[in-house]
Amino acid sequence: MRDKARKKKDMLCYGLIYTCAALAVALLAVILVYVFIKGAGSISIGFLTGVKSTLKGTTGIAGNIVNTIYIVVITLLFASPIGIGSAIYLNEYARPGRFVRLVEFTTQTLAGIPSILFGLFGMLFFGNVLKLGYSILTGCLTLMLMILPLIIGNTREALKAVPDSYRQGAAGMGATKWYMIRTILLPSAMPGIITGLILSVGRIVGESAALLFTAGSGYLLPKTAEGYISKIFESGGSLTIELYLSMAKADYEVAFGIALVLLVIVFFINLFTRMIIKKAAKITS
Amino acid sequence: MKKTKQTKNSLTKRKASVSERTAQILFTICASCTILAVASITLYLVTNGMPALFEVGITELLFGTVWKPAAADPQFGIGYVILTSMVGTTLAVLLGVPIGVLTGIFLAEVAPKRLAAIVKPAVELLAGIPSVIYGLLGVMILNPLMYKLELALFKDSATHQFTGGANLLSAVLVLAIMILPTVINMSETALRAVDPKLKSASMALGASHMETIFKVLLPAARSGIIAGVVLGIGRALGEAMAITLVSGSSVNLPLPFNSVRFLTTAIVSEMGYASDLHRQVLFTIGLVLFVFIMGINILLERAMKRRAVR
Repeated sequence: MRDKARKKKDMLCYGLIYTCAALAVALLAVILVYVFIKGAGSISIGFLTGVKSTLKGTTGIAGNIVNTIYIVVITLLFASPIGIGSAIYLNEYARPGRFVRLVEFTTQTLAGIPSILFGLFGMLFFGNVLKLGYSILTGCLTLMLMILPLIIGNTREALKAVPDSYRQGAAGMGATKWYMIRTILLPSAMPGIITGLILSVGRIVGESAALLFTAGSGYLLPKTAEGYISKIFESGGSLTIELYLSMAKADYEVAFGIALVLLVIVFFINLFTRMIIKKAAKITS
Repeated sequence: MKKTKQTKNSLTKRKASVSERTAQILFTICASCTILAVASITLYLVTNGMPALFEVGITELLFGTVWKPAAADPQFGIGYVILTSMVGTTLAVLLGVPIGVLTGIFLAEVAPKRLAAIVKPAVELLAGIPSVIYGLLGVMILNPLMYKLELALFKDSATHQFTGGANLLSAVLVLAIMILPTVINMSETALRAVDPKLKSASMALGASHMETIFKVLLPAARSGIIAGVVLGIGRALGEAMAITLVSGSSVNLPLPFNSVRFLTTAIVSEMGYASDLHRQVLFTIGLVLFVFIMGINILLERAMKRRAVR
């Protein structure tokens, strides 16, 4: 009698657990299918390589694609040396104490600050105080702060995974610390570090709230070669910003076109990270 | 170590020690960057958020319920905005956490390998989808559904203001979906970290797999799961772009079918054109959000520490 009730309870639990897991997968399926159906119609060569123009009556996101690439590359140029350096310090140089605890606490705090507050700070500090205004550079500096925790965390994990025997071996052969870091630790930790960088690309590509009031919403392509350099100091809206603005204007055709492009990018980023992690696991095992 | 150094000639030794020292100093500077960043973010948000507090009056600003920034006699009460963020986040967590934890259990304990190979990447992909896309789908899928529900429910109501489906409930659903990946991942990790001996002992005593999960493993993984929940609260509270259009855009009491404004969406929708005192009040809203988030961070630190002690 009691056994039957227990079995019933068990089955109920199994049912609930399977339902929830199925729900998570179904959510993703709905999102992918819906965006694909609604967005596929907007995608064309003209959409991807043209620029929005009321005069010619064309829509296109080439300017936003270029802006997004600028933002990704420049942000990573700023953030990766600082993030990787900071992880090296924490893992290889630091002795436990107040400074390390403070760095750890602030890194965790940065990770928890919502992107809209990064946006506010970026606008106030980089935009107003440093007088960079609405520009790609302002956006990149803001995003740099936002992705630091991600890079620091992944690099630290990767360095921790390098066996101590490597360090002892290098030291035993007379290598200095910096030499050992350069030639042994960083190469061994490379897959983990790259995973962190790719994840950061994902965060940057998907970010919007921190960019709205920092990088602005410019959507034009530079007309001259110098224009591509001065672009850094001009306003430039990423794909996500253009998506948001089109959605606010109820221009859903463009919005879903951009959504599809973004989903494809996110999909490939996920694929890459999985591949690298798998490869790294194979090497270490 | 010292001996090998001494055998080298003095020139390379000096060269080495210069680059060694430079490297160490550079890495230390890198590490101080996060401290500098958090300090300046705090400084700027506080100094820009405070003036309006005094100009409008602390109680009037924080607890006032009338938001008329553009009126001839402007009123800046953000009481409903704060309340909306609290209620919306709470509801989203109540909805998202059970689903998330159960899916975490599925991945850590129940799933056959083949199913886990589908669910795990799906969750990772969900985590990577940009928030504006969640917003877009909320507007296109959820809002029309909500509008139908609204029409059916308030058919005979004379006082209800129709929102076209852009209401608190839609925003809560979007937020609940968005915190799922965080909660799932943290629960899975926490469950996997439980000592396998506990499981074997429980099973050996005759408990079924489900009884073991719910009566032994979940309590043992509690602190990790709590950390996941706190992280989820932070995400829901701080999300802006996904819910700006989904939640409607008027300041109202957070009832399910009211068009509402959150702390985050207030900033997004008005910062573009606000000026003077109105703009300063928006900074105060940012400061309020910051204070909430810092509180959550401290909670999170405690939860993590408890786990580390264990």
